[in-house]
Amino acid sequence: MAVDMKMPILIVDDYKTMLRIVRNLLKQVGFENVDEAADGGEAFNKMKEKQYGLVISDWNMEPVTGIQLLQQVRADANMKDTPFIMITAESKTENVIAAKGAGVSNYIVKPFNAETLKQKLTAVLGAF
Amino acid sequence: MDSSLNKQMNELRTACDRNVSLAEIADIVESVLKGLESEVSGSGVDIGVVGELEALSEAIKSARSELSALSPEDIRNEHIPAATNELDAIVLATEVATNSIMEVAEDIEKISEDLPPEAQEKLNDAVVRIFESCSFQDITGQRITKVVQTLKIIESEVDGVLSAFGDDVARERKKNLDAELDSSSERADEQILHGPQSEGEASSQDDIDKLLASFD
Repeated sequence: MAVDMKMPILIVDDYKTMLRIVRNLLKQVGFENVDEAADGGEAFNKMKEKQYGLVISDWNMEPVTGIQLLQQVRADANMKDTPFIMITAESKTENVIAAKGAGVSNYIVKPFNAETLKQKLTAVLGAF
Repeated sequence: MDSSLNKQMNELRTACDRNVSLAEIADIVESVLKGLESEVSGSGVDIGVVGELEALSEAIKSARSELSALSPEDIRNEHIPAATNELDAIVLATEVATNSIMEVAEDIEKISEDLPPEAQEKLNDAVVRIFESCSFQDITGQRITKVVQTLKIIESEVDGVLSAFGDDVARERKKNLDAELDSSSERADEQILHGPQSEGEASSQDDIDKLLASFD
């Protein structure tokens, strides 16, 4: 099935500059329908109001972290199949295992480049 | 036991929900010494015990003097706040600069739309490299947050020293700071959060991709 380039994507990070970077990189590959949230709690509230085709989230945020958001999403019947990519500076094996255990679709470690983001988007959504 | 010493001990026992300061311990030791000295000549109390207590009193006085020389109040009220203010200023300055750079990059992107495709593609590639580089601000911000956390721990320890001098304000501050530090470690995932790693310690994207693939 072709990827819907107009689908809404939610990006979540407590650093505004990172939100701006990800938004611009998504625009470069053709995704412009992007919403933002500053932490997992705000993100989950937005997801209750709107069906997103993809969530791209940082991990280390407060009060609700990225992995807590992921767990909430996977536990919710309406959201559980939402593709979820973690973009984070947490690079230890135990982090990746924990994220995979919580149901992450893919994992990008910071700092990252546009090519890596595009590869992971393709892996999760399909070719576009 | 001397009645005034008894009274001091009872007062301390009643107030046992707080830490006992060095000053109070020194006062008690002095009282014990005075009580014993008045009995030594009459009842044959072991001179060695008196000597030990005198040595203890001197050790406490010496420790207080050394701690006082460290100027813990200056560390708490001047040096640590100065350091955290500088770190906050760094984060803010890098955020402002990064946003300026990205604004310019976004302008270049718009301008490139009017250019021939080949030139547009080259400019877009350059703009993407600028966006990628700007992610330094996120990494430096996280590293600075780790430093600020370390300073808070040092601040709490300094308050511990001040409260040992009988500073009730410092005692209350330490309690609040410890509660704040404890609450941040109560998150279920806190134990596996390490922040940005040093170059030799961080896993690469390739390592992570291989690990994820091993689950499939």
